[in-house]
Amino acid sequence: MAQPEHLLYTKEHEWVKLDGDIATIGITDHAQHSLGDIVYVELPKVGRHIEQFANIGVVESVKAVSDLFTPVSGEVTEVNAELDADPAAVNRDAYGAGWFIKVKMSDPAEQKKLLSAAEYERLNAE
Amino acid sequence: MSSTTTQRTALYDEHLRLGARMVPFGGFEMPVQYAGILKEHEAVRKRAGLFDLSHMGQFLLEGPDVAAWADRLTINAVSTMKPFQARYNIFCNEHGGAHDDVIFYRLADRFLLVVNAGNAQKMWGHVTAHLPNSGVTATNLHGARALIAIQGPQSLAMLAPHVDIAPADMKYYFCAEGHVDGVPALIARTGYTGEDGFELFVDGAHAAHVWRRLLADHAADGLEPCGLGARDVLRLEAGMPLYGHELTEEITPVQAGLTWALKLAKPEFLGRAALEQQLQADLYPRIVGLIMRGRAPARQGYPVFSGERQVGRICSGSPAPAVGNRSIATALVSKECAPLGSLLTVDIRGSRHEADVVALPFYKRTQ
Repeated sequence: MAQPEHLLYTKEHEWVKLDGDIATIGITDHAQHSLGDIVYVELPKVGRHIEQFANIGVVESVKAVSDLFTPVSGEVTEVNAELDADPAAVNRDAYGAGWFIKVKMSDPAEQKKLLSAAEYERLNAE
Repeated sequence: MSSTTTQRTALYDEHLRLGARMVPFGGFEMPVQYAGILKEHEAVRKRAGLFDLSHMGQFLLEGPDVAAWADRLTINAVSTMKPFQARYNIFCNEHGGAHDDVIFYRLADRFLLVVNAGNAQKMWGHVTAHLPNSGVTATNLHGARALIAIQGPQSLAMLAPHVDIAPADMKYYFCAEGHVDGVPALIARTGYTGEDGFELFVDGAHAAHVWRRLLADHAADGLEPCGLGARDVLRLEAGMPLYGHELTEEITPVQAGLTWALKLAKPEFLGRAALEQQLQADLYPRIVGLIMRGRAPARQGYPVFSGERQVGRICSGSPAPAVGNRSIATALVSKECAPLGSLLTVDIRGSRHEADVVALPFYKRTQ
């Protein structure tokens, strides 16, 4: 399916929505589909500083554990607590209710290292 | 798995048509899921699911001495099986570790032996290496004969109009020769899901016909094609061992809590001395059921602790929809940590998560 145009992406199938210096981060619809039923997510705590492309948690389906990487550096300002009780929200609405964390970005220039929707789609087509 | 090429079952094209995600398993390309593991799991617990198990090894054992011969290679009794009875059994090595866990089906004049897919080559070697000069012959049907399972509370009602035997009269762990949709079949009331169900052994050439007819007639009633992912959750909830997890060449049937299948009244069989000694000394690490207090899934290999001391490892783990969506697991732990109610912790990515030792199985059907 087509990726939302207003988002940026990583090769590891995360998306990021930029709003001033706040980045909202999740995994793509392609990622949730290939993982299957998501049963657990482990996310960094509010206040933690994270570095671009570092492993910051896991997403688990019934059968598998997948690492989660952050598209940007900064301080975690919010975590989607709803996912604790309802991790399946990631399957239902990967770009909406299934968001993971919000980060106050420390280096806006980092977004140059991310993929556009078209670039991400090309990657998946390979 | 020593096989270098991945084989396809007779139902490969059906799986692709149904949108299955295929993975290599036991030397075959197998469906791990179709619509999704949780949806498939629900179908089996509430209605019925259809499984392709054609990757399982099937050996035909014939000759006057099969039962006595098999009794010397396995821990459970073969000679006492009635015609058309099925029985769970385990082949052990001399140290008591499990070569494989299997099912024997006694037919009118021969036995069908069903072994795990991943062990099929090893088991064919084991069986043929132990064949006597006369009295027992073995034929390897692996890959040629298909196996379709229909499992779930509605499996009897769904299957009945397709067969020319009376499945309602068939007892659990018995079988009959008949036809499914006009195709010759061995029809067995066996399974690996914790539900009532049937397994249909048919020639590979006829498998797609049977598969399509069952789905076409009962998809509207909620029959779902189910993959290996759902099967693993179902068997774990039902407390059934999976080779490579709860049973291995190192983990014995005694450790796995399968002493009900161990017939020490048999005078001699491979592994007997080691198993009897282990049972009597009663010091061995053993398989327990765990329910995690939190939501994080425990996975195979994660270390298990009692206080600061590592006492074992996770063998299998999964979220369990039929156990209140709790995270369940089996673990091999030292004896003093095995009593029901013991509080242990599981190391998940460097942090400790509490788990309670509970009785197996986690799930028992009510109908």
